[in-house]
Amino acid sequence: MTTELAVEVRSLFKAYGDIQAVDGIDLDIDRGEVYALIGPNGAGKTTTLEILEGHRHRDSGEVSVLGFDPEQSARALKERIGIVLQSTSVSQYLRVEEAVDMFRGYYPDPRPLDEVLELVGLAEDRHKLVRRLSGGQQRRLDVAIGLAGDPELLFLDEPTTGFDPSARRAAWEMIRGLRSLGKTVILTTHYMDEAQALADRVAIISHGRIVAEGTPDELRAREQDTLVSFRKPSAALPGGLAAAAELDGDRVVITTADPTRLLHDLTTWAVGAGVDLDDLSVARVSLEDVYLRVSAGHGTGDEE
Amino acid sequence: MRTLLQALRQVQYENRAFWRNPAAAFFTVILPLMFLVLFNAIFGNDQIDIPGGRADISVFYVPGIAALSMISACYTNIGMMVTINRDLGVLKRVRGTPLPPWAYLFGRIVHAMLIAALLVLIVVVAGAVLYDVDVPGDTLAAFLVTVLVGGASFCALGLAITVLIPNADAAPSITNGTILPLLFISDVFIPLSDPPEWLDFVGDLFPVKPFAEALQTAFNPYTTGSGFEWDHLIVVAAWGFGALLFALKFFSWEPRR
Repeated sequence: MTTELAVEVRSLFKAYGDIQAVDGIDLDIDRGEVYALIGPNGAGKTTTLEILEGHRHRDSGEVSVLGFDPEQSARALKERIGIVLQSTSVSQYLRVEEAVDMFRGYYPDPRPLDEVLELVGLAEDRHKLVRRLSGGQQRRLDVAIGLAGDPELLFLDEPTTGFDPSARRAAWEMIRGLRSLGKTVILTTHYMDEAQALADRVAIISHGRIVAEGTPDELRAREQDTLVSFRKPSAALPGGLAAAAELDGDRVVITTADPTRLLHDLTTWAVGAGVDLDDLSVARVSLEDVYLRVSAGHGTGDEE
Repeated sequence: MRTLLQALRQVQYENRAFWRNPAAAFFTVILPLMFLVLFNAIFGNDQIDIPGGRADISVFYVPGIAALSMISACYTNIGMMVTINRDLGVLKRVRGTPLPPWAYLFGRIVHAMLIAALLVLIVVVAGAVLYDVDVPGDTLAAFLVTVLVGGASFCALGLAITVLIPNADAAPSITNGTILPLLFISDVFIPLSDPPEWLDFVGDLFPVKPFAEALQTAFNPYTTGSGFEWDHLIVVAAWGFGALLFALKFFSWEPRR
């Protein structure tokens, strides 16, 4: 495998009992890239990430992380990656600066303590005990210890799950800051807006497979459809329109590749029948819709 | 060399975290003293038969409570804390760093043994000051070796029991449930003057009784010679070694949910 890529994965498979958590994933992630894996719970994101981190064995496939096979658990690889797990994992009775310093001590060439605290915005809270931190601050601490060793490659597993909107924005700013340091970042998320805001490239995972991959713009461009929607009218739609219509709450939604014709048909019928189309809107399919559609029909399984 | 320094730093961090929880630290330190005072207050005027003659019951209780202290600082403490940290994901997180896994456990074990040593010191000093129990003299070497072998073995047993503990909530009941009955049948809480044969037999099978008896020999004024109870030490060490092998094979760094 080449060393140009930060991460290279070919035909990765991993099953837990009868459940095929990862079902043939390929990845090529460039150095310096921010790459997002997005998908519902149980899609295989965390399993994939943990195989890359060296926390899990794979059933089959080739994996190269910074030129190493993570399964070998090489110290030389661990010195160059940073990991932020899904849940907080720091001793509760250390102070923030002690916890970060403890992790710094594990690495040959750590990032200066003050810089790490500054990057995650914990400089003010450096003397606090870990157990006294708020949920958002604990998550920042997780990122801080992920950065302690000044890694080339950082894994972030659901960095903002459970955050309120302003904490999420702050976390995004922080992750953008990492990009400007030239780090490769691989993150998982449930939220399309997060992937869109942070990632150079996005892979949508469903049932252990990548069902779509590209830059946020490319993903959206795949879908040429337009959504026409309006509040449920008093009269029934005529046959041709009714067949294409879906009900979403009290709204009727029609997806079309030819909005001009659809609108013509719709308004002609409405005017002729004397029906008002309340709250009529015409919109491009959003990235969120793309995500929901490509992962639709697969359902959601249990947490991976 | 660098790894050894990292391992020693780990002891230091464990120590800081330990004293940062003053309520827990206070009771860890004070509990053996409470037991010592209580048992002596309850049975204080009794004389009991010990190998070689008769003695005040405090000669029985000082080494007995020293054994209890070491077992709770090593076995109970490691069994619980390692399980809790395993479930919190602390172990998993450490495993993702370049720190060798043994260095993390080294920190826990050495810290547990230091706390155990502190507790033994408190018990021995309290025994001497409050109850005139002689500090081992000729048997000092045997006493120290017994403390070391027992400490290491009960730490290994603490690691081994984590394998059998499914989650952090079950940790206190399983660690206590496995050790408390043994403490009762092993000459720690109660001097067994004439126990049923089967109880004696069961006690001898497990490591608590040989450990407590080896310490009691070191405190026994009638003991002649160096006071090494080799057969007891071998039983304790064998348990420790078996536990270590078991832990090496089955120990889990991942939370189990």
